[in-house]
Amino acid sequence: MSGTFHRRDDDPMVRVEALCKRYSPQFSVQDVAFEVPDGTVTALIGPSGSGKSTILRMLNGLERMDSGRILLDGIPLDHAARNLDQVRAECGMVFQQFNLFAHLTVIDNLCLAPTIVRRRPRAEVEPEARELLRKVGLAGKEFRFPAQLSGGEQQRVAIARALCMRPKVLLFDEPTSALDPEKISEVLDVIRALAREGMTMLIVTHEMGFAREVAHQVCFLDQGKLVEVGAPEQLFGAPREERTRVFLARVL
Amino acid sequence: MTEQLAQFAEILRFLLPAVPATIQITLASFLLALFLGIGVGLLRIQKQPLLRGAGRLWVDCLRGVPLLVIIFFVYFGLGKVLHLPQFVAGVLAIGLCYSAYIGESVRAGIEAIPQGQWEAARSLGMSWPQTMRHVVLPQAFRIVIPPLMNEFISCLKDSSLVSVVGLRELTRAGRDYASAKFVDFQTWFVVGLLYLAMTLALTRLSSLLERRLRIPGRETHS
Ligand SMILES: Nc1ncnc2c1ncn2[C@@H]1O[C@H](COP(=O)(O)OP(=O)(O)O)[C@@H](O)[C@H]1O
Ligand SMILES: [Mg+2]
Repeated sequence: MSGTFHRRDDDPMVRVEALCKRYSPQFSVQDVAFEVPDGTVTALIGPSGSGKSTILRMLNGLERMDSGRILLDGIPLDHAARNLDQVRAECGMVFQQFNLFAHLTVIDNLCLAPTIVRRRPRAEVEPEARELLRKVGLAGKEFRFPAQLSGGEQQRVAIARALCMRPKVLLFDEPTSALDPEKISEVLDVIRALAREGMTMLIVTHEMGFAREVAHQVCFLDQGKLVEVGAPEQLFGAPREERTRVFLARVL
Repeated sequence: MTEQLAQFAEILRFLLPAVPATIQITLASFLLALFLGIGVGLLRIQKQPLLRGAGRLWVDCLRGVPLLVIIFFVYFGLGKVLHLPQFVAGVLAIGLCYSAYIGESVRAGIEAIPQGQWEAARSLGMSWPQTMRHVVLPQAFRIVIPPLMNEFISCLKDSSLVSVVGLRELTRAGRDYASAKFVDFQTWFVVGLLYLAMTLALTRLSSLLERRLRIPGRETHS
């Protein structure tokens, strides 16, 4: 990729500086800054409407920032430039509603982007896709269509689809919020395994126990502001800010 | 009774050779309309106001004028200047008119695809054209099949209008026969039956296509 911007080994995989986005007088993301070191997991927590999705979506250009800077693997995200598609290819996203391509089989969902975006031959991508499906516990479901799968299975396909692009970062926006309670753990198990392998991830979640367990860093957001950032033991165990304490008391 | 049957047979013998012309006009103008209509539909969903406005103008103008007037305009107006043969003028007129309706169906089909499909494709690094071609259009196509088939049937029926500029198709042949033999009732009855046979066949084809293209696991789409 662009030779001018290269992340040094000690630079973070994701760097967000002074990020601002104003939707309305009632809501704006204000001056958010944080870093995600390579190979670590960051959890974004906070009340509904606090701007978690907005921030995640700005990270891969699905929403436009008003001001600030986002660097992914050392490459600045620039809406004016043509690097947006490239940056997105390096940065996978898993949505609350799965968003699998409804007209394609599971295996085609995985192979589409690697073949047309990365221009890799199908014969090379497909074995890798099958291996990923096996890894998320869906071997044998290659030729199902999304509508023939349960919510938990669809979300695991969505994770495999994102992984099939060999991204450097994975973004999750409430990956288990649309699932039946008994299906939540099968998705969390997959994310847990990825964390163990050292995948760099940013996860918006309401599963506090899970955040505490897998995250290396937790960000608490309220009303568009980053109120507190800390290690999970610190943030959950001894929150510094009053607003964090109030929020945790309500959800824990 | 046998006399009447013989008369019907004679009318049919006279009309049948005109059926291929009707089919040719219909197919040619519908293909043209499809080609233009997809373009118009894509224009209508652009963010850029100028492009979107151009699509809107195209649709509003062509939908707001009777097809018969468009045929006269193209054949007598443009045709005189550009020396268009009857067939070309007829096909051009119907094609233009139907591109507006098809454009609107295509737009509706594309807009029916959930935003999440776009976002998933874009987040995987697919460009706008790649997303359109591999994700949105294949799904929109299935949604658009029923309205497109309706438009195809209308197009077949409206092809009778080009008889006014002297193109020899089914309706023109009916007029020739009726005025030569003074048998209006029987002639137009048979003409009607022939159109009906074609439209019924198309209706069958439409439901067949719909069933073939249904995505497994989905009973019906909204
Ligand atoms: N496209 C948009 N236009 C206007 N307001 C929006 C838009 N998207 C989100 N918002 C508003 O921004 C606020 C934060 O939304 P969101 O980032 O989805 O919060 P969270 O994911 O933390 O629940 C909400 O008040 C929401 O209404
Ligand atoms: Mg959200």
